[in-house]
Amino acid sequence: MAKFDVDSIKEDFPILKTEKEGKQLVYLDSAATSQKPNQVIDAISDYYRTYNANIHRGIYEIAEKATEAYTDSKKEMADFIGADSYEEIVYVRNTTEAINLVALSWGERNIEEGDHILISEMEHHSNIVPWVLLSKRKKAKLDYIKVGDDYKLDEQSLEEGLEKQPKIVAITHASNVLGTINDVKAITEKAHKQGSVVLVDGAQSAPHMPVNVSDIGCDFYALSGHKMLGPTGIGALYGKSDILNSMPPIIGGGDMIRTVEFYACTWNDIPWKFEAGTSNIEGGIGMRPAISYLKSIGMQNVFEHEVKLTKYAMKSLSEIDNVTVYGPEPDNDCHAGVVSFAIKGVHPHDIASIFDNYNVAIRAGHHCAMPLVTQILNQSAVARMSFYIYNDEKDIDKAVEAINEVKRIFKIK
Amino acid sequence: MALDLYAEDLVANYEHPHNKKTMENSDSSSHEYNTTCGDDITIYIKVKDGKVDNISFDGSGCAISVGTASKLTDAIKGKSIEDIEKLGFDFIVDLIGIDPGPARAKCASISLKALKHAVFIYEHKKPDKETERL
Ligand SMILES: Cc1ncc(COP(=O)(O)O)c(C=O)c1O
Repeated sequence: MAKFDVDSIKEDFPILKTEKEGKQLVYLDSAATSQKPNQVIDAISDYYRTYNANIHRGIYEIAEKATEAYTDSKKEMADFIGADSYEEIVYVRNTTEAINLVALSWGERNIEEGDHILISEMEHHSNIVPWVLLSKRKKAKLDYIKVGDDYKLDEQSLEEGLEKQPKIVAITHASNVLGTINDVKAITEKAHKQGSVVLVDGAQSAPHMPVNVSDIGCDFYALSGHKMLGPTGIGALYGKSDILNSMPPIIGGGDMIRTVEFYACTWNDIPWKFEAGTSNIEGGIGMRPAISYLKSIGMQNVFEHEVKLTKYAMKSLSEIDNVTVYGPEPDNDCHAGVVSFAIKGVHPHDIASIFDNYNVAIRAGHHCAMPLVTQILNQSAVARMSFYIYNDEKDIDKAVEAINEVKRIFKIK
Repeated sequence: MALDLYAEDLVANYEHPHNKKTMENSDSSSHEYNTTCGDDITIYIKVKDGKVDNISFDGSGCAISVGTASKLTDAIKGKSIEDIEKLGFDFIVDLIGIDPGPARAKCASISLKALKHAVFIYEHKKPDKETERL
């Protein structure tokens, strides 16, 4: 693809042609899950139609083909995020499972009573709850980096957190509510100086910007396939090979072992050690064309496109009275893809319902970041639009139209 | 459909809710919380001769939950608690003139659920399955 051409991208996404009462779907909820291009849908159906077989075991041709396709997908993924090899890519269900795997395996072995765990106030529940559970089990201390008035991580609070020499620092790369992009490379450098292990929640970065885990230097990186054009039920945990090698498995069964005796077993190599039982084969196979699609556009182009849309949306919304936008100014590449907002006097769920009437899909709620929304933004819920490669300014104009309708219904100036 | 859902009447009930106050000497009350919207509604009732003599609600939430609560409290005054026990979701659909659809059903039914709980508490009965499903 030479130039970023939204119209031709839209062509690849059949769902965007669907209509409700003559209105075409405008999908502004890609932070929740992305839509899927034909290439992904076809790859999955092709697998089931022509080479469905279990992986790793069969000696026959279609089984070999399935095994190769699944492994190739990991190779693509490793290349996509800058890992050294596919052995560093564990396929899991989603970001949530990836983070829980780290907490249950690495955390269980390395966290002791009185140790500190450092996360931030802008985390998604999936990067809070596993650490709450772990810290309770181990009587460890869970500390939070504060979010400042500029909707960014507070530098001083970060320094204070790191001074306590946390065993692990787990931080989101990009916030699913504020759109804030954190400088995870700088945070990783500082954290490593304190001897901390670093996990980056990449659920909102892998789909939307160039990511290179080797450059960031983090020890773990978690992502969800369904947010980056892939199918649901597949996600990845990247871990540096030495650290993955040192970790015990948390689920036992087929495929994750090398030998099994009645009272003893030895583990398979990474990454298979962490993938017990039959894998989500269609999911892995569906990831490959998803990644190829993004690569063919180029992640820098994806990012610039979203920054452009974010700027346009923030400007459009800031011109409407009684609308509040939450998130940093999208200037210095510190905000992308997500615009959370509120309309004075209207509950966000009512906003989303009225948007639905225009067949414009947005999200309303606490966005699985209750501490951030309720305690930092002081809202019970906010409305959020989020963008991807198939969105354009016209989609945002439709959202603005819907906002005006909300204001008309609720008689707001 | 959302546009009909936000009929002027319902929106007016949201903006200027009727019977919205706590009741000091209620005979029974019940609080309900809806985790998806964060709707938070408490219903208070005063009972006389087996009928609802006075009713009020307090809380906050979306237009659907608050608007319906306001309309519900108007509609319930004078009804026998026996009749209230039997009310189901249909009553809400009649009240607001539209089926709100699955995404907003909980918002629309939260006040009825709180009311029925308050009645069951008053009667020292366990709420029935239909009430719990609201
Ligand atoms: C920042 C962030 N982290 C984690 C997750 C969890 O992703 P999943 O539900 O796919 O596990 C999300 C999804 O919304 C997210 O936005």
